[in-house]
Amino acid sequence: MMRAAVVLLPGLNRDRDMIAALTKISGTPPVTVWETDTTIPDVDLIVIPGGFSYGDYLRCGAIAARMPVMRAVAEMAAKGVMVMGVCNGFQILLEAGLLPGALMRNETLKFVCREVKLEVANANTAFTRNYKPGQIIRCPVAHHDGNYFADAETLKQIEGEGQVVFRYAEGTNPNGSVNDIAGIISKSGNVLGLMPHPENLIETAHGGIDGRALFESVLGKAA
Amino acid sequence: MTIPNTVKITDELIKAHGLKPDEYQRILDLIGREPTFTELGIFSAMWNEHCSYKSSKRWLRTLPTSGEVVIQGPGENAGVVDIGDGDCVVFKMESHNHPSYIEPYQGAATGVGGILRDVFTMGARPIAAMNALRFGEPDHPKTRHLVAGVVAGVGGYGNSFGVPTVGGEVNFDARYNGNCLVNAFAAGLAKTDGIFYSKAEGVGLPVVYLGAKTGRDGVGGATMASAEFDDKIEEKRPTVQVGDPFTEKCLLEACLELMASGAVIAIQDMGAAGLTCSAVEMGAKGDLGIELDLDKVPVREERMSAYEMMLSESQERMLMVLKPEKEKEAEAIFRKWGLDFAIVGHTTDDLRFRILHQGAEVANLPIKELGDQAPEYDRPWVAPAAQAELSGDAPKMDVADALLKLLSSPDLSSRRWVYEQYDTLIQGNSLQIPGGDAGVVRVEGHASKALAFSSDVTPRYCEADPFEGGKQAVAECWRNLTATGALPLASTDNLNFGNPERPEIMGQLVHAIKGIGEACRALDFPIVSGNVSLYNETNGRGILPTPTIGGVGLIDDWSKMARIRFAAEGEAILLIGAPEEWGTHLGQSVYLRDLFGKAEGPAPKVDLAHERKVGDFVRRLIGKETATAVHDLSDGGLAVALAEMAIASGIGARVNEATGNSAAAWFGEDQGRYLVTVAAGRQDAVVAEASKSGVRVAVIGMTGGDSLKLGGTRAIPVKDLKAAHEGWFPAFMAA
Repeated sequence: MMRAAVVLLPGLNRDRDMIAALTKISGTPPVTVWETDTTIPDVDLIVIPGGFSYGDYLRCGAIAARMPVMRAVAEMAAKGVMVMGVCNGFQILLEAGLLPGALMRNETLKFVCREVKLEVANANTAFTRNYKPGQIIRCPVAHHDGNYFADAETLKQIEGEGQVVFRYAEGTNPNGSVNDIAGIISKSGNVLGLMPHPENLIETAHGGIDGRALFESVLGKAA
Repeated sequence: MTIPNTVKITDELIKAHGLKPDEYQRILDLIGREPTFTELGIFSAMWNEHCSYKSSKRWLRTLPTSGEVVIQGPGENAGVVDIGDGDCVVFKMESHNHPSYIEPYQGAATGVGGILRDVFTMGARPIAAMNALRFGEPDHPKTRHLVAGVVAGVGGYGNSFGVPTVGGEVNFDARYNGNCLVNAFAAGLAKTDGIFYSKAEGVGLPVVYLGAKTGRDGVGGATMASAEFDDKIEEKRPTVQVGDPFTEKCLLEACLELMASGAVIAIQDMGAAGLTCSAVEMGAKGDLGIELDLDKVPVREERMSAYEMMLSESQERMLMVLKPEKEKEAEAIFRKWGLDFAIVGHTTDDLRFRILHQGAEVANLPIKELGDQAPEYDRPWVAPAAQAELSGDAPKMDVADALLKLLSSPDLSSRRWVYEQYDTLIQGNSLQIPGGDAGVVRVEGHASKALAFSSDVTPRYCEADPFEGGKQAVAECWRNLTATGALPLASTDNLNFGNPERPEIMGQLVHAIKGIGEACRALDFPIVSGNVSLYNETNGRGILPTPTIGGVGLIDDWSKMARIRFAAEGEAILLIGAPEEWGTHLGQSVYLRDLFGKAEGPAPKVDLAHERKVGDFVRRLIGKETATAVHDLSDGGLAVALAEMAIASGIGARVNEATGNSAAAWFGEDQGRYLVTVAAGRQDAVVAEASKSGVRVAVIGMTGGDSLKLGGTRAIPVKDLKAAHEGWFPAFMAA
């Protein structure tokens, strides 16, 4: 059985959603680690959930990226442990240098919460193998700073290496992200960051289960 | 600058504190000497309208506040209602009108912060928020600025705190030009054996200050909230507080953790009039005195005076009485969340409210009298004049044209531009988000239960007839909850009116409360919490009377819950609870107001017995899973309700020709009506069942196709309806 840990930081607020999703899909509640923890238990997956860590003061994810627990996350990532950051978690992974690029304020300058369409741009990852290549899925977004940007060279590299995993599809890009990028993976293939919230679309009460396959992929369940 | 406590008390100073000469005399009689400057500030904070309800108390007492499921009615931070299985819902609605007009982002944000704090102070984790917003006419030069700022502020605070915003209202009217309304609602979930109250118990126990540091923001805010506006309103900006949702989120987690540890004896959040109100409340309720040493209060500005500290409305602060043996454990929890923790005083047995600052006693007042002896007024009032009946034939317009115009009007167009700036999905329990009749969230930890929330009032009805308008606000809220299949449990009222010292305004307040009381009694829908906001006037012109009702209902099995969208093609459309002509009442309708510029005629009357009978019938249809879609009829009547059901589903409908006056049939605003769809072939059984219950049901059409055809008028493609409905708000804000 895959074991998961969820990073808790003051100001994160989709931690309960993420813990519920991991528990419902894997049958086991994840362990949790706190901002000041310098070691992380021996797990297969570390998740940094969404929210507003440290109030998003200074810059989204900037303060979180410098907390002790993030050094431990980086060490685990270097050892090949799967790491997933959703929304604020994605912002934190970028600020921590575990993924390339940056997330800027939405093009509209407004917070946006709505359902969008995502294209699975790379189904050949540990996080997406239960999706079909090019599959279009539904997924909610809820963020103020999800406008992905990278310089031309970085962009060329991540596009060339198949590091773009999710793209906003069918004209639903809600934030102005370059190349409609919604989620990217590290070159090593074990660190995923995405803005949308698959954890909010995993059961009938959510109105759909399109987010389930992501958790089932990484938690090792067959399609 | 430090303001000494020895400032001379002059007539001007008393006036500047919002105290009338007779009220000041009352203070002198009560304490037998001239108050110190700090004491004057304390009295002004406790005795203003906002904190003391001195103009409304007499009438608020007439409202029904108890019932089988009510655990706590008005008088605490929020009302508490039993939902079974050891769970309860804790909720309240509160205004932040004046601050939001002066500084829209922070005013709205701290309004949301304040109501969330009221809920988690009682031990509940917030699970849903709503906000009822009213702005001036769209063309007024300030309106866009206020809409943009208020919506961003509501979102900025609620999204960061992490509560889904599942409902609300947005309306425009010239009468709010100089005084917008921001009414924030929050609900939380708690265990019935884990509710916390503000009543202190035990002498000599530590009074602990928790949360954010105290600054000069908001000094005098509660007094400002009880003043009329004039052209110098910009000068009031320093009295608006600044919100920090990050600290509030930490405060929530720390408080819930502390409560679970068993350390908390009493807790009170610092809202209006901050340290003053919270300390007096805790002491007076527990028949105890309180002594505070202000030198121990965590501050973020230098040289703050006692006066400023006692009146500061800095946000995200709490006061608690703790078990002394748990002090260390409590402190560790707060340090973990990066929050201040300071013992600032203790409870005493002498019923005095004593404040020490830099070695001197700066205030020493009788604590019970501060609250209990606040002035209470039986203000003179006059009954509102009745509106003349409409005369002559209703003005006519092509039904399709009229419908498209109404759907793209400021008050009836889609609020998507607003609610997409709110996180409606966080916590993963949202079953219905804004855009339907009510917001619905699952009850965490329970397999099938859900709670429905709705906020309602029709201010133009209240202006035309405050009594019927008060009834209608309650009935519409009850109806919206019912339309999801929920059993309405209880409600909260947020009464926004003008200057109560004017008899015609007081008459509106009195009649509205009477109407609300009558409806709440008839519908078993008690008021368990609330807030009164008076003096909503600018340069002597009052707002439309706006008694907002926030209601909560319980759904036993959310898999049976109803939504407004047509479920499938080929289903029968039933109009339930309507008169034979479908609709008859055009007085005060949006049809007359928005298409012909006529704000005329009497408000529609609510027959409460009929309301209840029809609502109970509709709820049974939902419970039996006979109803496949349900929508109540309100602003814009039958035609607008049908269009909303079509837009929400993308499915069209063909509806029979209305008999009689077609304008009234399609756009009349008769009360107590619902649209329900049922699978083809089931309509006859429903009609038969309804007639047994004495409920009138008309089978008026059939769903299907991609356009909406109302009687003989031209078919309107659903995509055109949607374009009209979605277009107005973004275009308005982009202009």
